[in-house]
Amino acid sequence: MADIVSKTTTITYDPDILIEELGYDDHFHDHHHGDKYQSNFITHYIFSQDHKMIAKQFLITGMFWAIIGAGMSIIFRLQLGFPEDSLAWLQPLLGKWITVNDAGIGTLDPQFYYALVTMHGTIIVFFVLTAGLSGTFSNLLIPLQVGARDMASPLLNMLSYWFFFLAGVVMFASLFLSTGPFAGGWTAYPPLSALPQASSGSGAGMTLWVLSLVFFVVSVLLGGINYITTVLNLRTKGMSMWRLPLTIWAFFVTAIIGLLSFPVLVSGFLLMMFDRGLGTSFYLSDIYIGGQALDHVGGSPLLYQHLFWFLGHPEVYIIILPAMGLVSEILSVHSRKPVFGYKAMVYSILAIAFLSFIVWAHHMFMSGVNPFISNFFVIFTLIIAVPSAVKVFNWISTLYGGNIRFNSACLFAIGFVSMFISGGLTGIFLGNSAIDIQMHDTYFVVAHFHIVMGVAAFFGMYAGVYHWFPKMYGRFLNETLGKIHFWGTMIGAYAIFWPMHYLGMAGVPRRYYRFDSFDAFSHFTEMNQFITIAAIIVFAVQILFVINYFYSIWYGKKMTTRNPYNATTLEWTTPIQGVHGNWNGKIPAVQRWAYDYGKDGRDFIPQYVPKLDGESDNDH
Amino acid sequence: MTAIFAILSIAMIAIILVQIGKVTELAAKIKGEENSEMEANNRNGYGLLIFMPLFLIACAVSAYYYKDSMLLYGPHQSASEHGTELDSLFNVTLFFTGIVFVITQVVLFWFAFKYRMRKNAVGLFISHNNTLEVVWTLIPAVVMSFLVIRGLVAWNNVMADVGPDEDYVEIEATGYQFAWVLRFPGDDGVLGAKNFRKITAINQLGQDWEDTKNLDDIVSSAPGEVIKLPVGKKVRVRITSRDVLHNFDLPHFRVKMDAVPGMPTYFVFKPSVTTEEYRARLGSVDDKTGEPIYPEWHEPYDPEDPSVGPRWKNFNYELACAELCGKGHYSMRRIIEVVSEEEFNEWMKGQKSFYFSSVRNTEEDPHTGTLFNREVSERAAAFREKTEKAIASNETGDKVISLENVTFETGSAKLSGFSTYELDNLAKVLQEYKNMTIELAGHTDNTGDPDKNLTLSQARAQSTFDYLVGKGGIDANRLTAVGYGQTRPVDSNDTEDGRQKNRRTEFKILTQ
Repeated sequence: MADIVSKTTTITYDPDILIEELGYDDHFHDHHHGDKYQSNFITHYIFSQDHKMIAKQFLITGMFWAIIGAGMSIIFRLQLGFPEDSLAWLQPLLGKWITVNDAGIGTLDPQFYYALVTMHGTIIVFFVLTAGLSGTFSNLLIPLQVGARDMASPLLNMLSYWFFFLAGVVMFASLFLSTGPFAGGWTAYPPLSALPQASSGSGAGMTLWVLSLVFFVVSVLLGGINYITTVLNLRTKGMSMWRLPLTIWAFFVTAIIGLLSFPVLVSGFLLMMFDRGLGTSFYLSDIYIGGQALDHVGGSPLLYQHLFWFLGHPEVYIIILPAMGLVSEILSVHSRKPVFGYKAMVYSILAIAFLSFIVWAHHMFMSGVNPFISNFFVIFTLIIAVPSAVKVFNWISTLYGGNIRFNSACLFAIGFVSMFISGGLTGIFLGNSAIDIQMHDTYFVVAHFHIVMGVAAFFGMYAGVYHWFPKMYGRFLNETLGKIHFWGTMIGAYAIFWPMHYLGMAGVPRRYYRFDSFDAFSHFTEMNQFITIAAIIVFAVQILFVINYFYSIWYGKKMTTRNPYNATTLEWTTPIQGVHGNWNGKIPAVQRWAYDYGKDGRDFIPQYVPKLDGESDNDH
Repeated sequence: MTAIFAILSIAMIAIILVQIGKVTELAAKIKGEENSEMEANNRNGYGLLIFMPLFLIACAVSAYYYKDSMLLYGPHQSASEHGTELDSLFNVTLFFTGIVFVITQVVLFWFAFKYRMRKNAVGLFISHNNTLEVVWTLIPAVVMSFLVIRGLVAWNNVMADVGPDEDYVEIEATGYQFAWVLRFPGDDGVLGAKNFRKITAINQLGQDWEDTKNLDDIVSSAPGEVIKLPVGKKVRVRITSRDVLHNFDLPHFRVKMDAVPGMPTYFVFKPSVTTEEYRARLGSVDDKTGEPIYPEWHEPYDPEDPSVGPRWKNFNYELACAELCGKGHYSMRRIIEVVSEEEFNEWMKGQKSFYFSSVRNTEEDPHTGTLFNREVSERAAAFREKTEKAIASNETGDKVISLENVTFETGSAKLSGFSTYELDNLAKVLQEYKNMTIELAGHTDNTGDPDKNLTLSQARAQSTFDYLVGKGGIDANRLTAVGYGQTRPVDSNDTEDGRQKNRRTEFKILTQ
């Protein structure tokens, strides 16, 4: 029984009765006798076609990669913070990439340092913050929140995960190559990435890197086309687009961006493989390397950069939009208020998505593109600040006048807004090409994008995990550990990345193996040590989250009511232990938008509850 | 062993934390779920409230602590003209974003705290407010427009190429794994053509020696070599790469541009502070107190060797690479020194053309067998100097001068190569010193028949004699031609090098 509390009256609804009465009967259970998709261990846990299970697969695989990717950053942070200290103790793990001298001091091979940096970027951007974030929550929430039995194509959905898995296997294998994994930066600019003579990781390491990412793109496309189709076609009765929760809007737009931009990346990779294998010259020209002049003539490395960033920039929105969607929803639920300016939020998502396609060259101001062209990219880039600012103001206004419940999910959502502000504002510096002359490829950039799309996206993801964990496992994550996790990460992440702004202003370039070759860059030893120590602490705190996660799957506090947060959206009407097809009986029909919190003195009104006579509809 | 301990202690900490989590959950059950939730909620609300000022203070304190990395003020001021404009744009942006940062962070955390959960409260139903939303769409739009306009004006100024009548210094920087090669155009002011297929171990840039504009180009490739630039004059850098992408990064001058193989890029900037001036500013002391203004620059440059002096005295502008180019990316350092224009010109005069110092007459030289005008005059000057020294000297031993560039065809007395230039130089001296008489002497090494050698040397001396009389118009009475054969070696005849030296033509000043 769900009570809808009002100051004056208590109206009691039984969701099952309401859904049975008003819901939509698709005769699902007449057709799916015996739940054939989940009949045994393999089809239930491994080759599952159930979106809820696939979501968990994405999340746990993402966590695996997050531990590896972050672990790599700890190793290279040790190199940067304590270059003189011995890393010999890592030799059992890294083998020949650690050279131990006669005095027993182990040093990290510069080649492997660059491999670590490259893999860290690739893994976190693609495997964790794209697959782990968007893959998890699009899968979990789209069918549940739009009121669908599953994705439009459960088979493609399953394939989407397994292509991601395959991508992971290939990438993982590349870590063990004798020539080392790819080490040319996650952007893989040719000629460095195209020529094994230029970097030993550009041989087999690069081949596997490209192969892995091609599998990954297949995964993204299969997932994306499914998300779009599901949102467009499988919305339940009454669920108009303007009644969708902002999560769904975010996932929907994210999938569209992915569908339009990832293929361009693949085309870029294809030309790269031609240059590497077939002797074409798309990206290569006038190169003398390894004692010989290559045959390639007429290509341009800038072509690759255009193709790469045509995905690369939308990619950062592919990462951040789902986090924004999750945060909008979570802030609204836990502050017991409608999200402020719902339509403005949707329009700003659309505006950001549109603009994300016409700003890519702001990564290339210093790459040798015609400076005149940069004028347009500066203008479009800085325009993005406007919808972004609108979103921030709306989140803050969502808190205003609320009755905020500070569970870990809500804290991470608030932390997200703080991070997004801090990291977003430094984007205004970098987007202005004139300032970018000094800041380009320095630690200022590292600070900017880690805060705005690394930490902020992780915060959105954590908020989502804490919030929907009960939906996944029927149990809650431990809140005490969750709060240690939040405070440790909030303080720790600022401690890691804030000081990097000063490094950037001093002109310290990123991707330096050590800083003492230059007088201008070598006087930040203290800061580098501080950052490294903070990174180790933050990493430990994340491990705590992983422990909490697996502990809580089996021993967490049980969910006793179906709608523990008194939320309005449809996922909280399904049985506590998820079932295939999501609802045992009819699919709930939607009567109102997703954000009727505090309306007419009532704490919340779920979406399936019909409007009272004379109730205003707020244009939804 | 330590690793095992480390893993064990981490595991212990994890177990303890999990237990804490469990215990608090149990405690919550005992206390009553709702009450303990309320308490936790309040705690976190206050946590956010406390976090906000601490965070902002930490930002301010860290900014103060690292104030010397700030642009426009302090020691990290730009050393180029356009850099100051960029720095001021940075600070204008910092001003606006700083305001937004403080306001939004304060309001975010304040609202979170103020509207923390209260018992029996219900959130306000505020779904939107059009006026408010229009206002906070327009304000950022206006501020952004301002920043865009200022930014683009600055950008287009910085990126503008040199004007047609402008006076500037052209240099070229070429990146390769893992160093920079710098090239100056030499006297003609024009950089010669390059072709990557012509790159060799010596010709690192692939300069095309058929292009005569290359012949006076100055190339500096040793990483330890200091490159000088003039202050107050535009420098147009042509940036190229030999292998992968690099980036020409001069952080003190706010200069950065990728080096792209196959596509030259350009950056024009005007150094405005000489290295000396920059050092002086870093080392400056307060007029009243005598305290250093930037104390960290008075620390020793090398703590192990105090004789090197303080950091400020050892300051140098540095050229770095700012585009990942492989495993040595972090080490592509060059030192740039900005000096007065006079000093720069002086320095340039001392630089040798790479072609003439390292390529001329090697296997790679396509011009072997020809003489450039500058070589003719160089030889003339050298000859002149040598003879004048001999004339001035009182030692008889000094009066013998070798005619190094006088050569003959093998086994014959026919003058070959550029012998006539040398003999013309000699003729000029003889015309000037009217009373001078000389003996022209031919020598050979000890290979072959001594008699034949004697005859050949005699014939060769006679050839020079005939040339001087015939073409040079010198009175035959002033000249004697003598062949000494192999009788007067100046070096050992056992080595090729020695024999080479022994085969020679020389002249001796008899009277002057």
